[in-house]
Amino acid sequence: MARTPAELVGARPEPPFEITFDDRTITALPGQSVAAALWGAGILAWRTTRGTGRPRGAFCGIGQCYDCLATINGTPNRRACLVPARPGDAVTTQEGNGHAELSV
Amino acid sequence: MPSSASDLYDVAIVGAGSAGLSGAVTAAELGLSVALLDTSAQVGGQFYRHPEPALGAVRPEALHHDWSAFRSLHRRLESVESSGVTRLAGHHVWAVTRDDADNADAWTVHAVTGADGDGERPVRVRARALLLATGAYERQLPFPGWTLPGVVGAGGAQAMLKSGLVLPGRRVVVAGSGPLLLAVASSLAHAGARVPAVVEASGYLGYARHMRTLAANPHKLAEAAVHGAALLRHGVRVRTRSAVTAVHGRDRVEAVTVSRLDRDWRPVAGTGRRVECDALAVGFGLAPQIELATALGCATRPAKDGTSALALDALQRTSVPGVWAAGETGGVGGAQLAIAEGELAAISIAARLSGRPAATAGGHVRSLRRRRDRMRAFADVMAAAHRPGPGWTRWLDDDTDVCRCEEVTAGRIREAVTDLGARDARTVKLLTRAGMGWCQGRMCGAAVACLAATGGDVPPSAERRPLAVPVTLAALASLAEPNTTPEPTGSDSTDGG
Amino acid sequence: MLTRNTSDVIVVGAGVVGAACAYYAARAGLTVTVLDRGPVAGGTTGAGEGNLLVSDKEPGPELELALLSLELWRELADGLPDRIEYEPKGGLVIASDQAGLAALRDFATRQGGAGVTAHEIPADRLHDLEPHLTSGLAGGFHYPQDAQVMPALAAAHLLRSGGGRIRPHLGEEVTEVITGASGEVRGVRTVNGEFHAPYVVNAAGTWGGELARRAGVELPVLPRRGFVLVTEPLPRVVRHKVYAADYIADVASGSAALQTSPVVEGTPAGPVLIGASRERVGFDRTLSTEALRRLAAGATALFPVLAGVRVMRTYAGFRPYLPDHLPAIGPDPRVPGLLHACGHEGAGIGLAPATGLLIARWLIHGQLPMNTEPFRPERFDPVP
Repeated sequence: MARTPAELVGARPEPPFEITFDDRTITALPGQSVAAALWGAGILAWRTTRGTGRPRGAFCGIGQCYDCLATINGTPNRRACLVPARPGDAVTTQEGNGHAELSV
Repeated sequence: MPSSASDLYDVAIVGAGSAGLSGAVTAAELGLSVALLDTSAQVGGQFYRHPEPALGAVRPEALHHDWSAFRSLHRRLESVESSGVTRLAGHHVWAVTRDDADNADAWTVHAVTGADGDGERPVRVRARALLLATGAYERQLPFPGWTLPGVVGAGGAQAMLKSGLVLPGRRVVVAGSGPLLLAVASSLAHAGARVPAVVEASGYLGYARHMRTLAANPHKLAEAAVHGAALLRHGVRVRTRSAVTAVHGRDRVEAVTVSRLDRDWRPVAGTGRRVECDALAVGFGLAPQIELATALGCATRPAKDGTSALALDALQRTSVPGVWAAGETGGVGGAQLAIAEGELAAISIAARLSGRPAATAGGHVRSLRRRRDRMRAFADVMAAAHRPGPGWTRWLDDDTDVCRCEEVTAGRIREAVTDLGARDARTVKLLTRAGMGWCQGRMCGAAVACLAATGGDVPPSAERRPLAVPVTLAALASLAEPNTTPEPTGSDSTDGG
Repeated sequence: MLTRNTSDVIVVGAGVVGAACAYYAARAGLTVTVLDRGPVAGGTTGAGEGNLLVSDKEPGPELELALLSLELWRELADGLPDRIEYEPKGGLVIASDQAGLAALRDFATRQGGAGVTAHEIPADRLHDLEPHLTSGLAGGFHYPQDAQVMPALAAAHLLRSGGGRIRPHLGEEVTEVITGASGEVRGVRTVNGEFHAPYVVNAAGTWGGELARRAGVELPVLPRRGFVLVTEPLPRVVRHKVYAADYIADVASGSAALQTSPVVEGTPAGPVLIGASRERVGFDRTLSTEALRRLAAGATALFPVLAGVRVMRTYAGFRPYLPDHLPAIGPDPRVPGLLHACGHEGAGIGLAPATGLLIARWLIHGQLPMNTEPFRPERFDPVP
């Protein structure tokens, strides 16, 4: 019986690479979304809501709920469940609307 | 606008899942030129979602039921891809409009590109006929604690597993209602998760009243049996007439409370039991994704599961001439039904475009229609058995967030209904912002419609979303510029098998 | 005797104008039945941006009404919950060239004589008011009196604050206005029954023409479609209601063709709202990509920072307009007891309180407190 999803499908992935989440370095597999890479590292939340500041992460997993919005390489409001992870990506916890720098 | 006639496809198909893929290969085999648009880089949609080639999955079929059907569609796609089908992957369709330039008999499909639609390149695709195969998304009903990290959609957990080979936790409770729960629980268990319980709000007795319909769909029973056997093997307990009524944990899920429900889905006081877990995968069936169609004025019908589906005729035509639909858009029914409907739609489109309606009168079409009708009847039995009972709103606290995006609580919604004169979901939205956030009510729409209708039953909510996905102002502002020629995506390097 | 279906006045329409009529009538001590085919704020009110503007109005009767309304909104905002999102944020009208600025200057001077405050903002000071505004503009005028309110919430709270005197019946379509022997109003018939009152106020917005016909008179209210773009939630990036000078000409124009002029403003909830398009196409809600394109192009030309911002939502609304672009307010001499309060075009939110107050004054005192000659409902009748 399989102990991991990768075992189940007999995955022989290309070499893993590193991305960062805030000040952590985590390992991602080629072909994984940013959200999958974060789940793979046991991280379930990468955003705080703009009303009450509560933590959120991936929910629907298919790009419909927009709960997984993350700031990726400085761009806010990327859907982490759709965006493929790339070597060297910097994912940062997105606070609220993610556009604080525009405030006047 | 595209200037030459060569830019006009015979048919544009939105969605490359089971229905769209089947429609595309059939249409191409009948000699039509096809533009096949999908948000994903891969074909297969949600049901046949599979790992990217770079993940090197040797046995993707281990996470799928009926992988051979997909493999066969994929082979047919490869053989028509050079001739008839232009695959447009990473295309997020935000609207379809009727062409008013030139001849009126054409459609323009507007899309933004990129992994999550962030690309700067807006694209327009013109076609004589339109096949909407946009699938479904998971229906959710809120409960206290459902916004805590670790609570994920059941379909979401399945999707992340199928494509990313990851799990949300090590002990995952699966809850909600609908046949998908068993499939999700069995996938999670296969992939190494402990599943302490599957919590189903309905009883399965609803099926028993329709044994003839069930018996006429042996493949569906076989599918259920496979999942059931898998769950037994993994020691997973299925609790029917029960629901998760609370989630515990500070920053993430630590446990859930499972309560018994009466036949109207009202939690029975004093029956709550704590189940330790580190994740919860939850969903209450699927809801057809039909906003492109409703924006064009296509008629809808209330489906037996309480959702709103497109009203289609025997040949998959919507009420708007020139627009066909197949698969979950016409009511949730699964991949095999979608494949049959996609084929039927393509034959109907070819007959219309060639001006030979007789092409839909043959024996093959008759048998396709019979198969379609049989599977629809099965889907209706499932839908009716898992229709949410009116009592579910009793498990809400006044401070439970109903709208996840705008953080609108059940109390605020109730106030809008009782004190401010809201009588429907649209007015609740205006008065509370529930459904006005990023997801445009996809996650809370069913619940808001239900709370707005004080009766408590779930009325179908045919929300209008003239923009099916968000579009940057820059992309909208560039609409008058010459169209970027859509760049066909190279063939999918997954060999489908 | 007061039964469930008898009141002093019936208001048809639960939009912001109907709500204001009901509110002021109730405050004057009358009992009010409010009937609507749909829910509260289900028509133009629910599609409005909530503009309370004097900046776009020529000196004249509509401006007088707007000035009175602004004062009333300030009063109302003190009494109603904060959730109506009243914001006295001011307007900023932009000119892209010197000729445009000169025209604005002339316009502002004339408005000044009528009680409107406007300050000229030279090009090099525009960014003090709106840091994200594009450069290279000629200048503009700041109108501190302009304000904004969340229209649907305002309507709902006006109805609610009437206490027991306002009885809303939503989802009831009026099929007929009941009249007595001498043609005077006795009440209305709906799909569900009868409601009795000696006065009926037509506050039915775009449906006002149809209601007038059901009362046996003509009132040529027509819809003028507008699209609004709603962006993703943002921090405050736009402080005022900012619009280009062409907007004023578009508002006053009678053309049927699509006209757009950028109007950009932030909201307390986060999204930026972008208008304004105008076209006469009946009640057609079909998405016009050309209208969307022009709105987006206009907004990003004023605020380049918005280019990468996503539009989450768009919707069409229908402004109820009369041929001379002025509302119909007051008693209808053709049917005693029938009053009109409709046809406010795109200014209904702003003009609602003054309209409601005028109607209530007439109901109590039998006369109107200001010159309402230009708003006479029968003014479109052919001269005999």
